[in-house]
Amino acid sequence: MKSGYLGLDTGSISTKGVIIDGDNKIVASEYVWTEGNPCGAVKQVIRSLCERTCGEVEVRAVGATGSARRLIGAMVGADVVKNEITAHAIGTLSVYPEVRTIFEIGGQDSKIIIIENGIVVDYAMNTLCAAGTGSFLSSQARRLGIDVKDFGKIALTSKNPTKIAARCTVFAESDLVHKAQIGHKKEDIIAGLCMAVAINYLNNVGKGKNIRAPIVFQGGVSKNEGVIRAFEEITQERILVDPNSHLMGALGVAILARNQGGGGQKFGFDICEVEFETVGRECGRCPNNCEIICFYRDGILIDAWGNRCANGDIMTTAAKRNI
Amino acid sequence: MVETRVFSFPHIGNYCVVIENMLRHIFKNHKVLVPPAITKRTLELGSKYSPDFVCVPFKYNLGNFIEALEAGANVLIQSGGGCRYGYYAEIQEQILRDLGYKFDFIRLFAKDMNARTLYRTARRFGTRLGIFGVTYYVLLATEMVRKMDLIEAYIRENVGFEVVPGSFERLHKSFLKSLGGVDNFRQLNAVFRDYRRKFKSLKVDKPQNCLKVGLVGELYTLMEPFSNYYIEKELAKNKIQISRFITVTFLLFQKPKLRPKILLAAGRYLKYDLGADGTDSVERSRALAERGYDGIIHIKPFGCIPEINAMPVLQKISRDFRIPILYFSFDSQTSEVGVKTRLEAFCDMLLMRKEVRT
Repeated sequence: MKSGYLGLDTGSISTKGVIIDGDNKIVASEYVWTEGNPCGAVKQVIRSLCERTCGEVEVRAVGATGSARRLIGAMVGADVVKNEITAHAIGTLSVYPEVRTIFEIGGQDSKIIIIENGIVVDYAMNTLCAAGTGSFLSSQARRLGIDVKDFGKIALTSKNPTKIAARCTVFAESDLVHKAQIGHKKEDIIAGLCMAVAINYLNNVGKGKNIRAPIVFQGGVSKNEGVIRAFEEITQERILVDPNSHLMGALGVAILARNQGGGGQKFGFDICEVEFETVGRECGRCPNNCEIICFYRDGILIDAWGNRCANGDIMTTAAKRNI
Repeated sequence: MVETRVFSFPHIGNYCVVIENMLRHIFKNHKVLVPPAITKRTLELGSKYSPDFVCVPFKYNLGNFIEALEAGANVLIQSGGGCRYGYYAEIQEQILRDLGYKFDFIRLFAKDMNARTLYRTARRFGTRLGIFGVTYYVLLATEMVRKMDLIEAYIRENVGFEVVPGSFERLHKSFLKSLGGVDNFRQLNAVFRDYRRKFKSLKVDKPQNCLKVGLVGELYTLMEPFSNYYIEKELAKNKIQISRFITVTFLLFQKPKLRPKILLAAGRYLKYDLGADGTDSVERSRALAERGYDGIIHIKPFGCIPEINAMPVLQKISRDFRIPILYFSFDSQTSEVGVKTRLEAFCDMLLMRKEVRT
C-alpha cells in the first residue's frame, strides 16, 4: 500500500481536496461547491477521494487550509492547519520553482504573493471590498443570463471591450446595467467586466507591489480566459495558469502536512459516516458576549473557539460542565 | 450644597490607572469613576450614536462616555489633537447632550495646557488644593506615565519568550494595581524599582536573533488593544519581539520637542509634515528598517487621513529597504478572522525569510 498525504482547502465558494504521494505528485483530487456547509463539502470530497484511490493509498498526514481551516482542522484531526497565503505559496512553488509573483483570485478574497528565490517576501490581501472576486463575476454572469463557465470564452470574442467602473462592486453593477441598457453588446460588456476585475485587482491588492515575471495566476477566477487576457494586456507579461490552478492551496497544505510527518496514525476515510455538529452560543460571562462555536463529534464536544478571554475558554475551564 | 461630582474619562490602553490616580488626588472630596472596560457593547453603543464615517476611536470614546454616564458619572473629560481628534470633544458633548444626559464637560487641549490653566480648571470643578498641590499631582501623573511606558516596553519585547505562560500578564496586572495606589514620588520610585527587578527576574528564553516587528501608525488603535484585536498578544504568541514607539510618553513629552527633527530624520522620504502621527509613522518605519527589523505593521482606523498620507511613502520604504509591511485598517465592522489570517501569514513569511538568511 502506498503512502499518501491529504490536503483540504475549504474556501467560501468551493472545497478542494488532493491526495499527494511522497514526491508531491497529485494522486487524486476533487472539487465541490461549499454551499455554506463546509463539513458536508469536506465529507463529499473525502468520500470521492477514497473512491478514486480505491483504498490503495494510506493517508499518513492531513493538512487543512482555507477560510474554514479551523473547523475542518478540528473535524479531520489535521496535523497542520495553515493560512491560505502560506499554503498557496508552498503549493505553487512545488510546481513552478521559478515563480516571482502569484496572483490569486478566489471566491471572496484575492491576494498577491511576491516571491524571491523561493521565499515569500511580501504579500497583500484585499481588505474591505469584494469587488473583482469570483463571487462578483458569478453574480454578474447570472444577471446577464449566461453560465459563468462560458464567461471567458465569450469575453475572448469581443473586439471592443466596454469600459466598466470597477472601483466597487455596487458601482460596477450599476454601471454594467447602464451600459447594457444603452446598447452595448453582451460580449463587450463581459470582456469589460474581465478587464475591470484585472484593473481593480492590480490597483487594489497589487498597489505598490513589485510585480515581476514569471507570474502565475490561480484561484477559481484563473479558469476565466477573459481575465487571463486582461492581465496579459495590462502587465505585458505572459501569465502562467496551471491546469490544477484551483488546487494549489490544497496541494500546498498537503506538502506541509507531509513535511510535518504526521502522528504515524493513519487517517480513516470512515470519517464521512461520523456526525459533526456545530452549535453557536453567546458566552454571557461579560458584556462582550463573545459568540462561541462549540464543535461536537457524535454529540461529544471536541473543540470550541471564538472566545476573547479566558472566561469563555470552555475547553479548559470548569465552564465546560455547563455546556 | 453642591452635589458630589463623579469624574470620568475615555479608556486608552492601561492609562486609566494613571488618570484615575491623578483625579482622585486632585478632587479628594469628589469621586472618580473608571468607565467599564471596553467590550463589544461599548463599541455598539458608540457606533449607534456616532456619524457612520467617523474614525473608530471616536466611537470607542463615545461608548465609554455613555457607559460612564450610565454608571453615574457627571463630569466627563476629553482631550483633542491634530486631526479629526481635535473635533471629538465638541461633537461628543453635543451628541451626549442631545441624548438627554446631564453632565459637565472638560476639554483639555495640549496647546493651551499649563500650570495656571490646569489649576483654574481644577478650581472650577472643586479642588481644595492650591496651585502647587494640583501641579504636584499632575507632575506625579506624568512621571507615572513614564514609568509605566518603560515597564510596558520591556513587557512587549519579552512577553513572547516567557518560560512560564502567563507570568508576564500576572505580574503586569499586579504592577498596575500597585501603580494605582501610589501617593507620592517616593512610593512611585519604590514601586517602579520593585517591579523592574521582578520583571527582569522573570525567566525568558529569548534567542539572540529573534524575529523583531515594529508597530507604527495611528495612536489610538496602537495603544488600545481592544481596538486592534490584541495584535501585540497575537504577535507575542508567535515568539516575536515587538517594538512600539507611540506611547503617551512620546506624544506628550518627546514629540513636541522632536517635531522638527522627526521631519528631518524622515530625510528624502518627506518634505512636508503629514499631520498628526503620519510623519512619525514614516520616520519610525525608516528607523526600524535601518535597524534591521524583520517587518513592520502599520495600523490605522479606517479613513484616517494622516496615516493614509503616510502609506505611499511606507510602500517606498518597503521597496527600498526590502522590508515587508503589513497594513491594517480597523473599523467597527472589521472581521476578526480576516485580521488573524493576515497576521498568521505575515508571521509565517517573516520566519521563512529569516530561515533563508541565517
